[in-house]
Amino acid sequence: MADVVVEQGRLARAARPRKKSASLRHVMGRKSTVAFFLTLPLILLIALLVLYPAFYSLYLATLNKAMTKFVGLSNFTFLFKRETFWMVVKQSCIFAVTAVIFKALIGFIVAHFVHNIPGKKQRKWRGMLLVPWVIPPAMSTLAWLWLFDPSYSAFNYTLSFFGVGPIPWLGDAFWARFSVILVNVWYGAPFFLIMYLAALKSVPDQLYEAASIDGANWWQKIWHITLPMMRNIIAITTLFSLIVTFANFDIVRILTSGGPLDQTHLFATWAFQVGIQSSDIPLGACVSLFMVPILAVAAVFILRDVNKRGNEA
Amino acid sequence: MSRKTLTRRQFVAATAMSSAALISAPYVRGAYAAGKLSIGFWDHWVPGANDASTALVKEWGEREKVEVSVDYITSNNKKIELTAAAEAQAKSGHDILQMPSWWPHAYSENLEPLNDVMEPLIKQNGEVNGTVKYLGQSGGKWLAVPATPGSQIKGPCSRIDLMKKHAGIDVQEMYPAGGPPKADNWTMETFLKAAEACQKAGFPFGIGLGETTDSVDTAGAIFQSFGAELVNVKGDITVKTDAVRQALEFYKKLIAVLPPDAPSWDDASNNKWLISGRGAMILNPPSAWAVAKRDAPQVAEQCWTHGFPAGPKGRFAPFLPYFWGVWAFGKNKEAAKSLLAHLSSPAAIEKFVAASGGYDLPAYANMTKLKTWAEEGPPKGTLFHYPDPYQQQTLSIAASPAPPKIAQQIYFQATLTKLALRFAQGEKLETALAWAEGECEGFMRT
Repeated sequence: MADVVVEQGRLARAARPRKKSASLRHVMGRKSTVAFFLTLPLILLIALLVLYPAFYSLYLATLNKAMTKFVGLSNFTFLFKRETFWMVVKQSCIFAVTAVIFKALIGFIVAHFVHNIPGKKQRKWRGMLLVPWVIPPAMSTLAWLWLFDPSYSAFNYTLSFFGVGPIPWLGDAFWARFSVILVNVWYGAPFFLIMYLAALKSVPDQLYEAASIDGANWWQKIWHITLPMMRNIIAITTLFSLIVTFANFDIVRILTSGGPLDQTHLFATWAFQVGIQSSDIPLGACVSLFMVPILAVAAVFILRDVNKRGNEA
Repeated sequence: MSRKTLTRRQFVAATAMSSAALISAPYVRGAYAAGKLSIGFWDHWVPGANDASTALVKEWGEREKVEVSVDYITSNNKKIELTAAAEAQAKSGHDILQMPSWWPHAYSENLEPLNDVMEPLIKQNGEVNGTVKYLGQSGGKWLAVPATPGSQIKGPCSRIDLMKKHAGIDVQEMYPAGGPPKADNWTMETFLKAAEACQKAGFPFGIGLGETTDSVDTAGAIFQSFGAELVNVKGDITVKTDAVRQALEFYKKLIAVLPPDAPSWDDASNNKWLISGRGAMILNPPSAWAVAKRDAPQVAEQCWTHGFPAGPKGRFAPFLPYFWGVWAFGKNKEAAKSLLAHLSSPAAIEKFVAASGGYDLPAYANMTKLKTWAEEGPPKGTLFHYPDPYQQQTLSIAASPAPPKIAQQIYFQATLTKLALRFAQGEKLETALAWAEGECEGFMRT
């Protein structure tokens, strides 16, 4: 309706002789102009905190180690020859993909449980299950570090009663990778839970009733009703989580600092080690920029699918 | 309403008169006539140690009429390194910034030369050790002044009872309080035998094999005691040498008797190992002992800090100095230099050492026999040999003598511990060496 009013006002004014002030008023009165000004603070904030650093890191990535001359893409070609770099690429992929799969799976299962809890009790469970996600990860990871601690590990202490262990949680490559993924899943699963719960609530009950009348079992209901209805949410959540998990820093930094033997390093932690600790900021910028093409490819695939389904709908 | 206009002639006359009055007026020194000075100090972990710095700065500020502001920056999670990187990039920030070992070289282009401060200080306090020169000087130019707060030697801190019982070594007799060491037999061979005996008895030495500084510093001293260098002083890669092979063979035997999760240890793990009573020795400054005094007094009473074992090429101890640097873009460089001279005076150094309970180490030869180290306890004299009072060790830093910008990368990428660990975990010696060589080639970037 507002559009029509604005349109009408514009048409009405168009009949009058054109004046400069009237034209400005007309521009300012447009919905799109108002919307632009309302979003301008956010646009400026993003430009300042996202675009500027992004372009600045692109610029840094083209400098030599001493940051005194332009070297084009030679930092990237240098990285491609490093064994550790390819190990970091492999580990980042293993870490992100495994963690996202488990977060999605656990989120999906727990969302179903929570969805079936009646009224008031559901609110309490929702609140409790969100706790890992609302605690700052640096803080909760410190608690995990104590649980894995070589001298005082609570896990090893408990396992000792069953004659198991001690397990070198952070000292062995397999267990160290397991531990960092475990903590990431613990932290991130509630996000999936809440998104899936919202999606579940929007699936009309009539669909399930109709399926029951047709004799569908629970698995058929999930496969033919729940999953298709949640597809877009699953895709968007997966993409978002993939980006955040790929760029993870705090969990690995606090738990293992990338060790043992660099076997838990991710792009961000290795970029920090190379860029800040070893004073090679251009190379550090290159390492972190390498996440962009990987995530861009993932984003294209996932979002293309979302668009397709949107058009089908 | 009348409005008086100012003619050009009147304006010129008024300006000239004001200028003349300003120039000829007597100089009245105000409360902060010498300007402002902003400092970023390392946030000391010893409770109350920052107060000594604050008091010394305040005393100087009042005397020199300089308004001083001090920020204490934690070293946790590399906050100091991040601050240094940000300030060097922005060409703005504190006038003086305390920076860890490798940073003076990393930011050499942004630091004010401090020869005019260092030369009188050396005359006053004695010569500085080789590591301080290596890290603080470039081409004859002093890039920064060695800071007493935070500087440390990471020597052995042994359990008197466990070493005597299981390894047959009386560390107090070997390093007597108040007297010179009798440590001729304290060699890498004896050290390894003691490590094996203590491990057998259930009290392994707590030596990390991770990527943090404690693990790297230990590896550095052991490699140096075998004369093993990954990159030599000229910047040539010297990984495939007999000295490196010899050091690795030694490390393999040592790793076999260390705690199985040592590869994951950080700088807190060895402290916890000692305090929990599970280990007979760690290689650390007396911070672990200081915490044990509070949390496990029965352990603290049995701790004795002493010198490093000697290898075929000498007795090396890991020394990790902090520095105070003055940014070249700072606004009050003369005041900054004056303050650094004040903070490096013998009286100030004594205050720093006392306030930190003996943890902080001055870099100067004449300042290694202060009463704090002789008196601290229990047991009394436990820190007497911490500052190497008889200068029987070469204070060194891992990855030296490689050119500092290469060595910094070997150090922070923990190439030494990784190399030792790869070999100890079953990788063939030549494969491990080839890996290290490849890493070092990557560090040659300029």
